[in-house]
Amino acid sequence: MGVLRVSDGSDGRLNFDEKLIVDVRGLTKVYNGRVKAVDNISFGVREGEIFGFLGPNGAGKSTTIKILTTLLRPTSGTALVVGHDIIRQPNEVRRSVGVVHQEYTADEDLTGYENIILIADLYGIPREVSKKRAAELLKLVDLESAAGRKVSTYSGGMRRRLELACGLINNPRLLFLDEPTLGLDVQTRVAVWGYIRKLKEELDMTIFMTTHYLEEADSLCDRIAIIDRGKIVRVGSPEELKASIGGDVIEVEVDGSTGEDLTSVIAGVGNVSEVKRSGSTGYRIKAKMGEEVAPLVIELLRSRGYRVKRISLTKPSLDEVYLEYTGRSLREEEADRDQLFAQRATLRRARG
Amino acid sequence: MTETFVERADWKPSSNPLHGLWALTNRELKKWYKEPVVLLLSLIQPVIWLGLYGKSLNFGALFTGTSFNIPGLNIPKSVLDQLGSQIMLSTFGTTDYFSFLAVGMLSFVALFTAMFSGMSIVWDRRFGFLDKILTTPVPRGSIIMAKVFSSTIRGLIQSAIVLVLAVLLGMNVSKITPIGIAGTFAALFLMVLGLSSVFVMLALRSTNWQSQMAIMNLLNLPLLFASNALFPAKFMPTWLQYVVKVNPISYATDVGRQLLLGSPGLNTLGFDFAYLVGFAAVFSAIGIALSWRYLSQ
Ligand SMILES: Nc1ncnc2c1ncn2[C@@H]1O[C@H](COP(=O)(O)OP(=O)(O)OP(=O)(O)O)[C@@H](O)[C@H]1O
Ligand SMILES: [Mg+2]
Repeated sequence: MGVLRVSDGSDGRLNFDEKLIVDVRGLTKVYNGRVKAVDNISFGVREGEIFGFLGPNGAGKSTTIKILTTLLRPTSGTALVVGHDIIRQPNEVRRSVGVVHQEYTADEDLTGYENIILIADLYGIPREVSKKRAAELLKLVDLESAAGRKVSTYSGGMRRRLELACGLINNPRLLFLDEPTLGLDVQTRVAVWGYIRKLKEELDMTIFMTTHYLEEADSLCDRIAIIDRGKIVRVGSPEELKASIGGDVIEVEVDGSTGEDLTSVIAGVGNVSEVKRSGSTGYRIKAKMGEEVAPLVIELLRSRGYRVKRISLTKPSLDEVYLEYTGRSLREEEADRDQLFAQRATLRRARG
Repeated sequence: MTETFVERADWKPSSNPLHGLWALTNRELKKWYKEPVVLLLSLIQPVIWLGLYGKSLNFGALFTGTSFNIPGLNIPKSVLDQLGSQIMLSTFGTTDYFSFLAVGMLSFVALFTAMFSGMSIVWDRRFGFLDKILTTPVPRGSIIMAKVFSSTIRGLIQSAIVLVLAVLLGMNVSKITPIGIAGTFAALFLMVLGLSSVFVMLALRSTNWQSQMAIMNLLNLPLLFASNALFPAKFMPTWLQYVVKVNPISYATDVGRQLLLGSPGLNTLGFDFAYLVGFAAVFSAIGIALSWRYLSQ
């Protein structure tokens, strides 16, 4: 059940013989009968990969994670998580996954250590084991020296790392990370990326994460699903996604031109998807694997007796991919969101 | 399918289903016993009530302290005094109002802690802690019962402290026995267990602590006044007496007055206990049942 799938790959499903650790089928969530937060999405996560959900505010990222971790019941559709049905076998799912929520969820009145042990108790992990694991995890996230302090004295980065440690206490095969670096400064963010890579590489964990940071999705994720207004727009590796919008952009300027149009000549080079003439001697080329195409273009032109005066190669960023598929830029939203998050966190604490 | 994913857990889960329940209960209690200030504050209100209300409403003095005289009749003071204490005895079941009220206060304190069990679940929801524990395999009923038990334990300890204070402030101790104390606290236990379940249930879906506060304030005083905790029910209007008769606080207080003060009871002890057992069992069962359904959306 759920292991073998056939599909064209573009909707996020996978090919034959692939083992899916998360297999989502037609998942829909409507809040209060009105807000359609997740709209009939289907996708698969392969074992061992870092799979990213990239999308703006309110896209339905957290809702999807909450459904997959059995916190919310879907309105329709279902999913298999580590081979268990989220609706019929919620306890099996809970046992085999770890979750780190978008919000800080630790108990502020307890110490970091007490928080970890508490969560371990809820998994039914015997104390002899959990004490050892707590110590290991605190070491992993560099919180050993702060372990005995109340969480209310922690900084944002320390809280995130504590959340991560709590999410790992049951040694899950699959870890859900909801915006793991939200509200962190750049330095701490990079450190968290390091932990996430370590989990994948050293502990063979599969990671399902959400983010709205383009760099994060780009550098961390093996595959990305772009989600917008509850729908999955596109799935693929960062390279595939970038290639899907026509690939890299190569700009060449040819010397000593006779005014002859070389567009069709250049278009004959493999992997070139589009050539546009700009001015009398300039050409703008869209191509997959630009670094390989560029030398070919130079060679071809030279063999025809033209000299390339100037050449430049631009790799498209995920932002352009995002723009292409959703019609909006994510980059502008990033700054707003960080601010919003900081505000929310202060408000909460003030209320508490 | 399951076998294609190797279980990674390198431990055998504890076979004790109460493992998580105790961990969660202890979490709540820790916040309380590790913060003496919180404990102290939660005792101030009943102490004020005891001290001000109990001592200022000196009903006994109305009859015994003053020397009133009806012209033409020359009643000796000793007769008046005796008459006064007879009236007190028949009204409150004991000769001083302070002792009467002190027993009522035990229930009041317990009621108050029970109310906060609902609040704490709203906090947990707001701060995301509830989401975190809902993603663990801990039984949903344990989450609810941890709230109920922790507030029950707190309620009983606070009641015990109030009892000690009341004795120090002059409560009548002539009839107190260890068995009486044990019986009283057993009744209080059942009462808080049931009440906490009710308040936790009311808070199951709530994300709004203001509305939860409003519910508490709405129910707090009516529950207290529509019981025999502050004043004997027999002088209340009939409709109110019906409310008193279903109010579990009346039953716990009735047990306390019989066992600690030797007052004649409204009901037999057996009936009081039967009612309280039923109340606690029914509402904690409903609470557990609803928790599976309503704790998550
Ligand atoms: N409990 C809820 N009740 C009603 N609507 C909700 C609830 N939770 C989320 N929504 C709505 O569902 C939509 C998706 O929310 P969700 O939190 O899944 O988005 P997200 O992608 O995680 O956004 P963010 O990046 O801000 O965390 C939003 O429009 C949101 O307002
Ligand atoms: Mg979110």
